[in-house]
Amino acid sequence: MTTTVRPRIGRVIPPKAGRDSLLSESWRRRLPLLPALLFMILLTQVPFVMSVYYSLTDWKIVPPGPREYVGLDNYQHLLHDHFFGSAIWVSIQLTVFPVIVSLVLGTAIAVLLDRKFFGRGVVRTMLITPFLLTPVVIGLIWKNQMFHGLYGVINWVIEKLGGTPVEFVSEHPTLSIAITLVWQWTPFMMLIMLAGLQSMPQDVVEAAKVDGAAPFGIFRQLTLGHLRPYMELGVLLGSIYLIQLYDQIAVMTGGGPGSTNVPYYVYQRSIGGGWEFGQASSYSIVVVIASIVIATFALRVLSGLLKGEAAA
Amino acid sequence: MSAEAGPTAVGERRWVNRVFGGLAWIVGLVMFFPVFWMVLNSFKTEADANASPKLFFTPTLDEYRTVTESAGGLLSFSEAFTNSIVIVVASTLIVLALAIPAAYALAVRPVLKWRDVLFFFISTKFLPVVAAILPVWILARELGLLNSRLVLIILYTAINLPLAVWMLRSFFAEIPRELIEAAEIDGASLRGQLTSIILPMAAPGIAATALLCVIFAWNEFFYAVQLNPVEGSTMPIWVTTNVSTRGDFLAKLSAASVLACIPVVLAGWIAQKRMIRGLAMGAIK
Repeated sequence: MTTTVRPRIGRVIPPKAGRDSLLSESWRRRLPLLPALLFMILLTQVPFVMSVYYSLTDWKIVPPGPREYVGLDNYQHLLHDHFFGSAIWVSIQLTVFPVIVSLVLGTAIAVLLDRKFFGRGVVRTMLITPFLLTPVVIGLIWKNQMFHGLYGVINWVIEKLGGTPVEFVSEHPTLSIAITLVWQWTPFMMLIMLAGLQSMPQDVVEAAKVDGAAPFGIFRQLTLGHLRPYMELGVLLGSIYLIQLYDQIAVMTGGGPGSTNVPYYVYQRSIGGGWEFGQASSYSIVVVIASIVIATFALRVLSGLLKGEAAA
Repeated sequence: MSAEAGPTAVGERRWVNRVFGGLAWIVGLVMFFPVFWMVLNSFKTEADANASPKLFFTPTLDEYRTVTESAGGLLSFSEAFTNSIVIVVASTLIVLALAIPAAYALAVRPVLKWRDVLFFFISTKFLPVVAAILPVWILARELGLLNSRLVLIILYTAINLPLAVWMLRSFFAEIPRELIEAAEIDGASLRGQLTSIILPMAAPGIAATALLCVIFAWNEFFYAVQLNPVEGSTMPIWVTTNVSTRGDFLAKLSAASVLACIPVVLAGWIAQKRMIRGLAMGAIK
C-alpha cells in the first residue's frame, strides 16, 4: 500500500521576492491549469451546444439545404420513430448484457488471480490482452475466425460435439456482438475487481479466520461488502463506454438485421448517407441524456472512492 | 502489489491454491485463445487457414508480405502506419504537455475548488462522442480539416486529456510533500520543481499514462472513419479496408490484424501494473 499525502487546501506558501508583483498567488496557482481547462471547454462544450442547436433544426447537408429552426419537432418525430425505438432497445441490450456478464466473469477471475500460483504474471498478461486489442480487430477476428459458419472455431467444436453449425453473425447479430463485448470487457472488470481485492484490509480477514469463519462466509460477508464500490465503478464506467459502441457493429454487421444501436443510427442518418443533421442530432442528444443519468451516479461513486483515498 | 495476495498462508489449504491456480491457467488460456489463433492463422497460407482448424502446418510469411505490399484498399500499409505513428505520438505529447502542469495545479499546489475542476475533466469523458461528431464534422469541413492528420491529433488529445489529468494527479499526490516544499524553500520555480523532483519521481506513472494514451489513440476508429476515411487515415481503417472479403481472406486478415495490434499490445503489457488507475479514472490503484 502506498501512502497518499492529501493535498492541503489553502496552504500558505512563503512569498518570494520579486515574483509576486505581476500575478497574485491564486492566479499563479491557476496558470498551469488553464491551457488544459480551456482546451477541454473548447473541444467539448462548444460542439455540445452546437449539437443541441442542430437538434432544433431541419437541416439536410446532401443535397445542401437551408437550416430551418423547427423547435422541438425532431423530438416529437422521435417518439414515433419505430427505427429509433429499436435502436434504443439494441443499445440497452448491448450495454446491460455485456456489463453484467463481464462483471461476473471479471470478479470470478479476479478471485482466482488474487493468490500466488505458478505463472501468475503470465496468466494475468494473457487475461488483459483482449482489452488491449483494437476494437475493430476484435470484431473482425471474432466474426471470421470464431463465429464463421464454415471455418469458425466455435462451429468446429459444435460439429465435433455432434451439433449443427450456427450462422452466429447473420442469425444472432446482437448476441454475437454482445459476446465479443463480454470478451473485450472482462479484463477491464477483472483489473478493477483485482484492485479492489488487493486493497482489502488483511487484518479483518485474519480476525474472521481466527474466529473460525468459513472461507465462503468471509467472501460473502466481508469481501463482497468491500468490493461493492468497485463493482459500482465497473458497472458505471463500462456502461458509459458501451453506450457509445460503434466499432464492432460497423465491422461485424454494419447495423444489419436488428443490430443498429443509437450511435450507429445517428451515423446512418447523418454522415453514413442520411445527411439529416438536424434529426440525427436529436438522437445523439438522447444518448447524452442517458449518459448524464449514468454519469451522475458514476461521479458519486468516484467521489466516494476519492474521499476514501484522501482519508487513507 | 503481490505481497498481500490472498489468504495463502494457511498450510492445509495448499491444495485449494493448486486447484485455483490450475483453474486460473485454464481460464487464462481460454480467454487468450482467440488472440493465439489469430497469430497462428497469420502464419498460415490461405489454404491452411480456410480449412478445418489445424494446429500443425508449415509457417509462412507470405500473407504478411501480401498485406504490406499490396495497396488493395485506399491506403497502403506504410501510409497508414506512418499516419498512426504521427497522430498517436503528436497527440500523446500534447496531452502530456497540457496534463502535467494541470495535474500539478490539482495535486501539488491545489487551486481552490480543485475537486470541482477534476470532476469537470472527468465529466467531459462521459459526453458521448456521438454527441459531438456532427458539429465536429461540420467544423472540420469548414476549416478544411477533413481527411487531415491534424483533426485526429486534436480530437485524440481531447479524448485522452481528462484521463491523463486524473491519472497524473493521483501519481503526483503520492510524492512526499516535504521534497516539494524543500525545493520551494530553495526558490525553485514551477519548472524547477517539475524537472528536479516531480518528473523524476513520477516517471513510471507518467510513462504508464503516456502508454495508456497511446493505446486509446491507436485503437480509435469512430472519429477516424467519420472524419478521415481516406488519405490521413490510421491503422484501424487500414485493417477494415485493406483486406478484401472476397474469396479466401482469413490468413491475410489475421496478418493485418496482428500488424495493427502489435504496438498497443506491447504498450499495454508494459503498462499493465499501473494501467488500472487510468482505466478507473484514477480513483483506484
